[in-house]
Amino acid sequence: MTDKLKVATTSLAGCFGCHMSLLDIDERMLELAQHIEFDRSPITDIEHCGPCDIGLIEGGVCNSENVHVLREFRKNCKVLVAVGACAINGGLPAMRNHIPLEDCLNEAYIDGLGVENAQIPSDPELPLLLDNVHPIHEIVKVDYYMPGCPPSGDVFWSFLTAIIAGQEPSLPYELVHFD
Amino acid sequence: MSQTITIDGQEIPYEEGQTIMDAAIAANIYIPHLCHNPEYEPHGSCKLCTVKVNGRNCSACTFPAMQGQDIINHSDDLEHDRKRITQMLFVEGNHFCPACEKTGNCQLQGIAYYLDMHDNHFPHFFANREMDASHPDILIDHNRCIFCNLCVRASQEKDHKNVFAISGRGINKCLIINSKSGKLKDSELDINDCAAHICPTGAILIKRTGYQVPIGQRTYDQHKIDEISLAKEHKHHD
Repeated sequence: MTDKLKVATTSLAGCFGCHMSLLDIDERMLELAQHIEFDRSPITDIEHCGPCDIGLIEGGVCNSENVHVLREFRKNCKVLVAVGACAINGGLPAMRNHIPLEDCLNEAYIDGLGVENAQIPSDPELPLLLDNVHPIHEIVKVDYYMPGCPPSGDVFWSFLTAIIAGQEPSLPYELVHFD
Repeated sequence: MSQTITIDGQEIPYEEGQTIMDAAIAANIYIPHLCHNPEYEPHGSCKLCTVKVNGRNCSACTFPAMQGQDIINHSDDLEHDRKRITQMLFVEGNHFCPACEKTGNCQLQGIAYYLDMHDNHFPHFFANREMDASHPDILIDHNRCIFCNLCVRASQEKDHKNVFAISGRGINKCLIINSKSGKLKDSELDINDCAAHICPTGAILIKRTGYQVPIGQRTYDQHKIDEISLAKEHKHHD
């Protein structure tokens, strides 16, 4: 057990599409399970990240909690990977960056069609939104990037098997996509 | 006796008046480029075609070929610089490929794939850019403009209309439209104009055509930009 690589995963301002894509490696997951075990991840429900070999980050950074989670991953993971378009450039959530935050909140919670009991959520438990959505490399050092929206199952497979084999990960032309 | 230059050790002929880019394309050698299109006057603005000529960096699309030039086109340093230039183009605008109709057919993306670019390296500007959907057939999304000047040149040189210009400098640089309202619908631009079809990115799009070819089956999904570029431009030279 102990020689397995520890992998942690999380979705920040993402849609979990990249996590679904990881599952797209299908039956290769069984082979992968012989070499890795998951630490903090939606797959395990472990809440905090222990020391890990690989951290896979889906999604950009849109609120204060995202910043804390991202820093926790960076502190604990030897290799940190930006997974998918949102982690790499903010992605679709970052398309709100040219709209003032107040206008976004008003549109969603006050003026939007069909809104009842209009009020902007202000429970202290809710993480505060940042004025802009940021790619993760603007907050922590990132070691590798897996482009794609989402990166295909083959991208995950190619990357993880390279790391397991102790090789430098690289992607053939067919696997490099920004869409 | 024909005159020759050497690119990456390969001796190729050139004719008087040709640029290094012209000679390279005629010899079926790809030098990465975005703002250059052999059908138009060279502009020399994107700098992707930077090559080392006798030890000195020059833009291949504007630099004249001269007898005995020893040119380096592919080296780790040049590829690194080209990747950084492409990354700067990505962070200067708002290039969200999954949300762009041009994805897979975009030359900016094609260059990025060719250079094995996985990330944008620099902090993003998240510049505040407008969209102009006023024209019945053509849409301009300024978020994706890389100021290559190709639409400006196409409108002037081929369409003889002068619809576009680049205005301002630095972060305030902007593609402007020659009409009283500044809107595309009030300009002379027509769907059959060269300027409407020349954009290398998704900044100028023809409406209602964006998803005729499914994502995954598009140009740069299937082929590298060097193949596509040479197939198109080498033929043009013949």
